[in-house]
Amino acid sequence: MTSDHDDRHGVSRRKILECMTWAGTGVLWTIAGGTPRSLGIVGETVAAEASGLTFLQISDSHVGFDKPANPNALGTLEEAVNKIKTLAVKPSFMIHTGDITHLSKPSEFDDADRIISQARLDVHYVPGEHDVLDENVKLYRDRYGRGTKGAGWYSFDANGVHFVGLVNVVDLKAGGLGNLGNDQLEWLEDDLRDRSASTPIVVFAHIPLWTVYPQWGWGTDDSARALDYLKRFGSVTVLNGHIHQIMQKVEGNVTFHTAMSTAFPQPAPGAAPSPGPMKVADDKLRSVLGVTDVTFERGHQRLAIVDKPLQG
Amino acid sequence: MGHRFANRVWVTTALAVATLAVVGSFPTASIQAAGTEVQIDQFTFAPQQITVKAGTTVTWINDDDAPHIVASTIKLFKSKPLDTKDKFSFTFTTPGTYEYFCSLHPHMTGAVVVEATTGSSATP
Repeated sequence: MTSDHDDRHGVSRRKILECMTWAGTGVLWTIAGGTPRSLGIVGETVAAEASGLTFLQISDSHVGFDKPANPNALGTLEEAVNKIKTLAVKPSFMIHTGDITHLSKPSEFDDADRIISQARLDVHYVPGEHDVLDENVKLYRDRYGRGTKGAGWYSFDANGVHFVGLVNVVDLKAGGLGNLGNDQLEWLEDDLRDRSASTPIVVFAHIPLWTVYPQWGWGTDDSARALDYLKRFGSVTVLNGHIHQIMQKVEGNVTFHTAMSTAFPQPAPGAAPSPGPMKVADDKLRSVLGVTDVTFERGHQRLAIVDKPLQG
Repeated sequence: MGHRFANRVWVTTALAVATLAVVGSFPTASIQAAGTEVQIDQFTFAPQQITVKAGTTVTWINDDDAPHIVASTIKLFKSKPLDTKDKFSFTFTTPGTYEYFCSLHPHMTGAVVVEATTGSSATP
């Protein structure tokens, strides 16, 4: 799933494979003159070297999950937030790429808000399929839907970077994968139309927008149309969650990256009979949970993307 | 040992005949037998296709550590989110083939084939 094209961008394949073994806290992203690149795990000294825009990605907190793979998902979310609070460079904001809750219960949303707000950062959310279990997606939209379209898609600008949050977890079709739908795709085309090709673009959504493993539903049926609208831009970064592990792929000007969960790991594609929660030894759990730091630096060609496990 | 095993087989067969006789005398009763359950396990419906008589209540049981939703493709039925060990039942009254999927994990699909209780299709 990793690309062999990364050496020319200064991130070796070995480095990416190392990232893949990191699992868990969050990814720190740096946007440097166009393309994102991984800085490393949250808390590493490299994060402190970042200048320009830095933001944090957190994903798949599954508040309410209490099965053997992690009996205390709220606790590990709190550990991730505590880790974020210790970052040498305070991120400008945070994005959450969905599955905030496990079962869309009001109490789960309340608990998630109570912990995530302790990071004292603006948070831009997109929903995961676990956040839209109620009819009409009312619970998610009442909390996070202000100023968004449809089931919760929107865009915003920060430091010259255009951010687009997409929803690919509603109105799913039997036998299919993630779904953006015609309304959202038309909105996306319109949203991007007047932007200069030199504008760095960051797209974030829950389910991967590239086909990771369709046998487990890890892809989005109509993502090709979205990527078609994005292909004229010189720097596109696509950030996803859903698969609870780090994967990265570079295709032309587009860098795809998935983040770790803060709740529980899932198996590598095809490595288990199903993508269900993966039980690891208790002392290994925090090495496969984490967050992601992203930094944008003017004059450089890549965003710096740093995956940071809770431990290890 | 051989004798005891043979005896057990005979007893089991006799019980099966008795069960069939009871079912035969109450053809409209709702039957809750092993053949009307669908296990949700490892992100699959098992069996993926189940055949029942009209009037049968089919029950889905989630054995996964992940939640699933059983949803008819023609919106005939839709379960609440089923957490681990939660069940969902639906009674099929009209013959036909009813396809369904998990609306959370749509690559998971299954079908219920409902046969008429009278007429030639009712006799195996």
